[in-house]
Amino acid sequence: MEKKIRVLIAKPGLDGHDRGAKVVARGLRDAGMEVIYTGLRQTPEEIVKAAMQEDVDVIGLSILSGAHLSICKKVLELMDQYNFHVPVFVGGIIPPDDAEQLLKMGIAAVFGPGTPISEIVKKVQEVVGQGVA
Amino acid sequence: MVNKAASSLENEIQKLLSLCDKIIVKDQLALARAITLIENNPELVFNVEERYKDVLAENSSHIVGFTGSPGAGKSTLTDAYVVKLRANGKKVGIIAVDPSSPFTGGALLGDRIRMKRHFTDDNVFIRSMGSRGNVGGLNDSVFGVITLYKLYGFDYVIIETVGAGQSEVDIAYVADTVVLVLSPAAGDEIQLMKAGIMEIADIFVINKSDLEGAHILKVNLEMVLQFSESSKPIVLTVATSGKGIEELYKEIENHKVKLNETGEIKERAKRRIKKHAEVIINKSIAEILSKRDLADSTQVSELVKDVVEQFCLNRTQNEGKS
Repeated sequence: MEKKIRVLIAKPGLDGHDRGAKVVARGLRDAGMEVIYTGLRQTPEEIVKAAMQEDVDVIGLSILSGAHLSICKKVLELMDQYNFHVPVFVGGIIPPDDAEQLLKMGIAAVFGPGTPISEIVKKVQEVVGQGVA
Repeated sequence: MVNKAASSLENEIQKLLSLCDKIIVKDQLALARAITLIENNPELVFNVEERYKDVLAENSSHIVGFTGSPGAGKSTLTDAYVVKLRANGKKVGIIAVDPSSPFTGGALLGDRIRMKRHFTDDNVFIRSMGSRGNVGGLNDSVFGVITLYKLYGFDYVIIETVGAGQSEVDIAYVADTVVLVLSPAAGDEIQLMKAGIMEIADIFVINKSDLEGAHILKVNLEMVLQFSESSKPIVLTVATSGKGIEELYKEIENHKVKLNETGEIKERAKRRIKKHAEVIINKSIAEILSKRDLADSTQVSELVKDVVEQFCLNRTQNEGKS
């Protein structure tokens, strides 16, 4: 059987708005990926543990609360701690300066509001190495 | 080309076996990676079976299947049941199957949402799977994943199936105990008398029993069950509040004891192995068949003969290799 791209979509932190996360989850599903959606208010610990058990290829975090810097830092630290390394994407309301900082920190991509799904799909395929040849 | 394929297979086998060495010392990341390998090539499990025969014979896990229509509350019930198992110190491995799209092959796997409280418990392992084209409510690699879970040493394996309709009954070939989850307003007693999913249950659960109609469903179900020879328990639950979970837990334990006393547990294990073989055989036959180019005048008898021959040839070659 061919290998399927598996993606974890999670909402860390306290904000309760997951429309964006759901739109992305649905879009990735329609692109033929297996999307594990873990729902609202997840701690970095919960997210990393879930991603490990599910052996996902990519983690997508949706953050609207402004806590993106500390959350992403924590997620990356935990991944180091557990020796589990996959690309992490962040979507949400992220000021350009912070986006730059996130990328420097080791986040694979940052998507702001209005990003077309096709762009996210392409980026996921690209980092997983199953992009269009 | 053939050599390359063979060496990459050899590679996968080595990778899987070295992961398995880590699985027996309870490395969850190794378990997760091994599942991915099995999911992409279910036949790899043969090698695990071979190498860890003794460990697998020693580690027995009780396999509980939860099935029922979407929205009946299977995931929430699983979650509540796991709390009970954990309180008793049991290690639990969960396989949660959700439907894959027949059009894109993609899937949204959302059962984990109901099981959040177990995410950081190292004695609970949850794996979500797409059904990947299987129509029986499972994923073909479920059998192989059970083997890996046994290797890890889970006391209980819980499988939550895709319960879209009345024909998703494959769980009956996999589980030791099948729990059918119903919810009120699911139809009249004729629905309950139909063949299929109603027949495979060992335990009936009427979840959301605080809703109107739960009592009528119970009466109808009792009436229908009177027609059958063996008596089966009916448990009323409200999974969100934990009501009835204690009783469900007890009924599953009772069933487990009964299976062991009557020796039925061995029959179920045999049934599982047979189904596993059937799945693998069907899959290789389907693959050969899909690759066949037909001449205009081909008859079906010729095609059958041809495909069976090819199947046998492939098998002998594979055996020659190992």
